[in-house]
Amino acid sequence: MSFSDIAGNRGERDHDLPEHELRERLTRTWATKAGIWGALTTVDHKVIGRRYIITAFVFLFLAGVLAIIMRAQLARPDNRLLTPELYNQLFTMHGTTMMFLFAVPVMEAFAVYLVPLMVGTRNIAFPRLNAFSYYVYLLGGIMIWVAFALNLAPDVGWFAYAPLTETTYSPSKGVDFWAQMITFTEVAALAVSAEIIVTVFKQRAPGMTLDRIPLFVWAQLVTAFMVIFAMPAVMVSSSMLIMDRLIGTHFFTPEQGGDALLWQHLFWFFGHPEVYIIFMPATGMVSEIVTTFSRRPAFGYMLLVLALLSIGFLSFGLWVHHMFVTGLPQLGASFFTASSMLIAVPNGIQIFCWIATLWGGKPEFKTPLLYIIGFVIVFVVGGLTGVMVASVPLDTQVHDSYFVVAHFHYVLIGGAVFPLLGATYYWFPKFSGRMLSERLGQWQFALTFIGFNLTFFPMHILGLAGMPRRIYTYPGASGWGGLNMLASIGALLLFAGFALLLWNIISSLRHGRPAPDNPWDAPTLEWATSSPPPPHNFDRIPVVESRYPLWAARDALPVVSGLAVDTRELVLSTVTEAHPDVLDTSPLDTIWPLLAAIATGIGFVASIFTPWAVLWGAALVGIFLIGWFWPKGTPEDEI
Amino acid sequence: MRSRGAWGVIRAAVAGVLTAPLAACGLPAALAPQTPQGEAVAGLIWGFTALCTLIWVLVLAGLAVALWRRRLAPADPLALDMPAERRMGTVVAVLIALTGLIVIALTVLSFAAQRELFGPARDALTIDIVGHQWWWQVVYNSTDPSQTISTANEIHIPVGRPVTLKLTSADVIHSFWVPSLMGKADLIPGRHNELTFTARKAGIYDGSCAEFCGLQHAHMGIRVVAETASDFAAWRQAQLQPAAAPATPSAQQGQAVFQGSACAFCHTVSGTSAGGQAGPDLTHLASRSTLAAGTLPFGRGQLAAWISDPQGIKTGAQMPDLHLAPEQLNALLDYLMGLK
Repeated sequence: MSFSDIAGNRGERDHDLPEHELRERLTRTWATKAGIWGALTTVDHKVIGRRYIITAFVFLFLAGVLAIIMRAQLARPDNRLLTPELYNQLFTMHGTTMMFLFAVPVMEAFAVYLVPLMVGTRNIAFPRLNAFSYYVYLLGGIMIWVAFALNLAPDVGWFAYAPLTETTYSPSKGVDFWAQMITFTEVAALAVSAEIIVTVFKQRAPGMTLDRIPLFVWAQLVTAFMVIFAMPAVMVSSSMLIMDRLIGTHFFTPEQGGDALLWQHLFWFFGHPEVYIIFMPATGMVSEIVTTFSRRPAFGYMLLVLALLSIGFLSFGLWVHHMFVTGLPQLGASFFTASSMLIAVPNGIQIFCWIATLWGGKPEFKTPLLYIIGFVIVFVVGGLTGVMVASVPLDTQVHDSYFVVAHFHYVLIGGAVFPLLGATYYWFPKFSGRMLSERLGQWQFALTFIGFNLTFFPMHILGLAGMPRRIYTYPGASGWGGLNMLASIGALLLFAGFALLLWNIISSLRHGRPAPDNPWDAPTLEWATSSPPPPHNFDRIPVVESRYPLWAARDALPVVSGLAVDTRELVLSTVTEAHPDVLDTSPLDTIWPLLAAIATGIGFVASIFTPWAVLWGAALVGIFLIGWFWPKGTPEDEI
Repeated sequence: MRSRGAWGVIRAAVAGVLTAPLAACGLPAALAPQTPQGEAVAGLIWGFTALCTLIWVLVLAGLAVALWRRRLAPADPLALDMPAERRMGTVVAVLIALTGLIVIALTVLSFAAQRELFGPARDALTIDIVGHQWWWQVVYNSTDPSQTISTANEIHIPVGRPVTLKLTSADVIHSFWVPSLMGKADLIPGRHNELTFTARKAGIYDGSCAEFCGLQHAHMGIRVVAETASDFAAWRQAQLQPAAAPATPSAQQGQAVFQGSACAFCHTVSGTSAGGQAGPDLTHLASRSTLAAGTLPFGRGQLAAWISDPQGIKTGAQMPDLHLAPEQLNALLDYLMGLK
């Protein structure tokens, strides 16, 4: 396929260049500049994606340390290791960090890195917005952790129920930092979602029709739409909360005519889809890994895509199952029992399709697949306890108990972190050009799998025995000491597993076996380029003729020619058929996203202390946005 | 697998995790309930658990066979055996249909239990509960004010008669949960929720606040004492009496301390000038079996400790350090221990 007819006169084309010269010149065009200036101005989705992933893993590590400290406190009854104040801050920071600074961002991070490669394009759509989103996320995370270090951490739990969060009951600034952290991370998440949707719809390699999109990309696409519909609810509620606290709006204060339950509706209208926003990308990872290591196409591709779409829709109709004991009318509550049960069907479809894929293929037991096996074992438990908590009567016993703590860790660690660890082993060679150690990988799997179950399985029983969540201590007479000790020992093993991963990453980066382009004989496009990929991703944009392009064309992929060599140019394609449509330029590196993010951060943080900051903060951001969008007379603006 | 070691450890640990709960003796409270309502839920938990365990085992069996069944490696990953694919398609379709049926069955079971649990109760004893940071205000209301009982943190109920708790909160959201009686219900400011159950057996049932409500959420215990109708009537009669007059000079001095210090600003002792509403009613303090919402067992020593150092025992509680002199404390204890 060639763009010779439409190329016009914009610089030299890649028709006749020999491969090595082409690669060299494209690298020069797309590369991030050396030095600190280059690092701060880059808009390369791989550089930003790598930073996103590393930052998210740093937050995982920090929140994991908090969990270990909490388990030390709970290991024995009547323990006085921590004050209640500190314990309440720890579980709030643990939940907040895990949900908002690790789980959602890390899934976005993988999308930022992988989606452009998997759809065969040279950069993500809106790469400057992408850089901006990373900096905003980073600033939000730093802000809340600095607040924690200054003893200004929130201590109201990660879902921050009103009216406990009102100034009467939480006079310290912790809640304001929490609410603003939500705003930071949601701005970042919305930005990434817009990028992903446009990248998938408009930048797919020619020939990648909708039914040839890799399942991971489908999952990220559906997730991006879910973010766009779910996140505004929490942004609205956190803004209402901060207004209640800052200017006395009384949205959530019953004695002044507000409503305490309004917070719960708004929060969970976001909060339940949130679980699937974390879980869906993980299912995409599972689909890719299962396919690759089964050595066959995914069984029921269409079913899997439909399951993703139906989960996307259904997840917005379940939120009330977090509120079964708030005294809502029984008939209304029972509707949400039915809808919560219903979502088990598309989840079941996914599990059946993955098992069928393994059944029909020839599984290769590499570390990524081990994690997927662990995922099925653990996640199915979490899914089934999810069916249990969907029942109103049953939920009245287990709600807000350790049973629920067990349930959602089975869902989130089993359903999202295990696939994420599998994905880390799977894509690390592409990210870094080095293989992770298989031997360490298997030990890490053993440690995390055992540690996880030892930590969280006993919690089911503790919950049924009457242990409420979020208590900083419990009396010896309760008889909960033994199982809690077991859970604490398990937590140490689990933590050791993650430490081993860290060691594996560090040692493999230094001495790991160099990774070939396609170490797993995988079928998707990211494996068609070198490991790690060059700044321009592909020397020549591939043409896709199969759902599994690297299995269909074993020798050489068909490619597009006619793209500019000395300017950043992309192929835009049509939404459904992916017919090549237009050649478009991709933005150059710039400092403006960083500056705009800092301005945004200043506005957000200052508005914790004075409402006027919303006004002058907006003006400040406006100034930097004018700078960002000022026409520069570069070729990219003249098209 | 090259790494035999890792797999051996996994097998040992799985066995450990499965047997550990059995070693812990006795059934968890929610599975050994003492009310018909609690039994309905326990039945549901057992039923769901049994079915879910069966499903889990079958899924894992399917996974195990899928992973380890003998087969030939296909030369080309894209060369699918179409008849085999169609057979798998049939199996998957059947499994999806089965999932749908199971989900419908579980939903119907859940609805049935829901009707049983939240059905109307006849001739119920009504008790008003107001949640506070971090204690429970308990009021047995009556149309006749002289028949109204006010107490805290300990609820007495008659066996065999339905009891309806009317729940609300004075500050933040709390949740009333006594697992061996029934599931929980939230106490929400500005709203009124109800919880109805009938105790089958006399006994003491402990529970706690289940919704995170601030600093001392961990120390917000609730105790339900179920007793025979005659015992309950006797208790009720005793509670209707005004506070016992101090019997000894020391106790009289204690009463003066109580009324002259900060105590009376927050606590009521009926029949005296102490009428504070911010803290628990202490008219019959010495008839209760715990202190500070289940933080300590009731006793003279514990009471002394609690009054001397409330912030050390329950940091953040509304009860201040009063800095009483030893002889004042002693007199106060004499007085309070007499409030039977």
